[in-house]
Amino acid sequence: MNPLSLSPRRPLAIILGALAVLFGLLFSAVPASAADEVAADTDATSLIIKGKVKNEGIGVADIVLKVSGPSFKAEAKTDAEGLWTINVPTKGKYEVEIDLESLPEGVGLRDPETTVRIADLTMVQTASVLFPLGVDTRVETPLLDQIAIRAFAGLNLGLLLAIAAIGISLIFGTTGLSNFAHGEMVTFGALTTWLFYAILDLPLILSAVITILISAAFGWLQDAGLWKPLRGRRLGLNQMMIVSIGFGIFLRYILLIFFGGETKVISGEFQAVEIGPVITTVNSIGSMAISIVTLAAVALFLTRTRIGKATRAVSDNASLAASTGIDVERIIRIVWVVAGALTGLAGILYGLQFQANWLTGFQILLLLFAATTLGGLGTSLGATVGALIIGFVVELSSLVLPADLKYAASLIILILVLLVRPQGVLGKKQRIG
Amino acid sequence: MDWLAIFNLALGELISPLTAAYILCALGLAVHFGFTGLMNFGQAAFAAVGAYGLAIGILTFSMPTWAAVLFGMACAVVFALILGIPTLRLRADYLAIVTIAAAEIFRYLMLTSGFSGVTGGSAGLSAFNTEFRQLNPFPDGNYGFGPFTFREEELWMRIVGWSAVVLAALFVMFVMRSPWGRVLRGIREDEDAVRSLGKNVFAYKLQALIIGGVIAALGGMIFVLNLSNVQPASWGTNFTFMIWTVLLLGGAATILGPIVGGMLFFLLLTLTQSIIGGLVDIGVINFLSPPQVGQVRFLIIGLALMALVIFRPQGIFGNKKEMQFNG
Repeated sequence: MNPLSLSPRRPLAIILGALAVLFGLLFSAVPASAADEVAADTDATSLIIKGKVKNEGIGVADIVLKVSGPSFKAEAKTDAEGLWTINVPTKGKYEVEIDLESLPEGVGLRDPETTVRIADLTMVQTASVLFPLGVDTRVETPLLDQIAIRAFAGLNLGLLLAIAAIGISLIFGTTGLSNFAHGEMVTFGALTTWLFYAILDLPLILSAVITILISAAFGWLQDAGLWKPLRGRRLGLNQMMIVSIGFGIFLRYILLIFFGGETKVISGEFQAVEIGPVITTVNSIGSMAISIVTLAAVALFLTRTRIGKATRAVSDNASLAASTGIDVERIIRIVWVVAGALTGLAGILYGLQFQANWLTGFQILLLLFAATTLGGLGTSLGATVGALIIGFVVELSSLVLPADLKYAASLIILILVLLVRPQGVLGKKQRIG
Repeated sequence: MDWLAIFNLALGELISPLTAAYILCALGLAVHFGFTGLMNFGQAAFAAVGAYGLAIGILTFSMPTWAAVLFGMACAVVFALILGIPTLRLRADYLAIVTIAAAEIFRYLMLTSGFSGVTGGSAGLSAFNTEFRQLNPFPDGNYGFGPFTFREEELWMRIVGWSAVVLAALFVMFVMRSPWGRVLRGIREDEDAVRSLGKNVFAYKLQALIIGGVIAALGGMIFVLNLSNVQPASWGTNFTFMIWTVLLLGGAATILGPIVGGMLFFLLLTLTQSIIGGLVDIGVINFLSPPQVGQVRFLIIGLALMALVIFRPQGIFGNKKEMQFNG
């Protein structure tokens, strides 16, 4: 056994202990908020949204209705008479969306534009929501338009994934770690923004800036508190990977206990924008613009600045970089901070467009790995290219595959690419074993 | 707090069928990772393949239970081939990502409404264990003593589950002591050296993947026979990570490790969770609500996984020299 690995044993134990204490502290920071919510719940159990789905005067069974409101989300299904009811926890306005997929063949909404109706429970105990059905009048969107719509969504998702994937890629490049706790940094960014923007009512820009700063600090903390001591112990890379898996589980459940399991609504109403066949919102366009600017900035940082060049040198060969006077540990620390900030930003943009819950980051983690692996682990340009490919595959696949297989499609592409080009699209050959 | 009830509950976990199911999966993983060095993070998929193979064999193809068990094992072999042929040439960290991706793909395929006629979609499958219940040779009644008192069908389930564990453990012990097993260890230690001796490393890895996968498929079958339903949600990544924790707790390159590790893991997990739950009930811990107690379970698993890998990668029974996590 290496004598070096004996001395840092104790600090590491302290850190693990500190992690355990940390989650204790998290709760004392929000005293009894959970208990309050439970109390509020029990007072208001009599709040009911109900309705009947009828076609030609006859109730239709097995129609799925999605009810969402302030920090609440649930689904109801109609019974044989077409009746449905749902209990909601708090007073307020709720959105009821009818799931068009669950309608019988050839039957559509009498008013096809209105798939969402509002149930106002601010003043009353019970609200009724009706969706009259009739002959399906939905027009099929032409294929080319569908492709344009899907490709736009793919570009949007790809750009988002790229920002988060660059973080994974930079960390892998400089330290060799496949960080399975990366998804939680996305979640962290999204939920922190929700906390500042939706709960504390700060302006969006300010919330975003605070979130990015906290995310950067979180990245710094992860390296300082966990990964640097582990590198000091000369822990193998595969061991580090399993540690990151454990750390990811730990963070995920901390976030669950702290924020609760329901999906957080982060964005308000945003203006719709029409570009040809594509209907999108201002915040999606803003998000894409921010993503492109950020990606360009990262590219400039890596190619033009001293630190960026040093980062690439460390990625290429850490010992050689060290012997030319580059402080490798300092570069790694900077990489963690940058990765934390970028991933936090990805979380903000993701949350603003698609909402977020405690599992959000974990759900896209595999897409992020697929992106970095496709592009070639450890190259930032590769991660961007890989992320765009994954974004397009996820969205375009739903033209031919059922929508619930779109993530599977991107993972299949990952395996297929590895079959023919194991080093990834832009990777170096040495990475296969 | 009722300490007796807590201890009885925890002791009952020692020999519960679910513990046996996890131990079987961990034994399979020991063949993959402990003995061959394959970083398989898709073990949940092997268990799921076995579980769905059993249920679909009985429900869709109206097989008798014994044939459905063989069918499930055959499905696991096919899955191992599909998974292994493209991926076993990859480096360890790539393999980890690809296996986890493959497991998720399988779960999505079981979840999608397109195949729900066969797989049951998000609701899963049930009512496939009638014949298994009828095979129960024990007459009605209670058996055992203290915390180990079972009704006849509980006893039957435990006997089947733990017999499978014993048989699988003996089988793994037997093959690992054979020359074939020594080649596997050689691959784990130094792949290139084994290759230079003229061995077909790829074929050995594939065989190991198949054997470990079939054992895990048996684990999946025990799992769903006990619950009497198969649901896609059971086979998420958390299932795989729990198996890894069980394996690393006991010791990856050992036979006894996964068994004792699994028993100890569920004993400690149930014990801590019941104690935390009890403390919440009597108001000593006031920052958790009762539903959150179940979430603490995974917090503990995450911390345990980290601590084990950092401080005792060889587990309880392992030999440090055998546990280098090459790569």
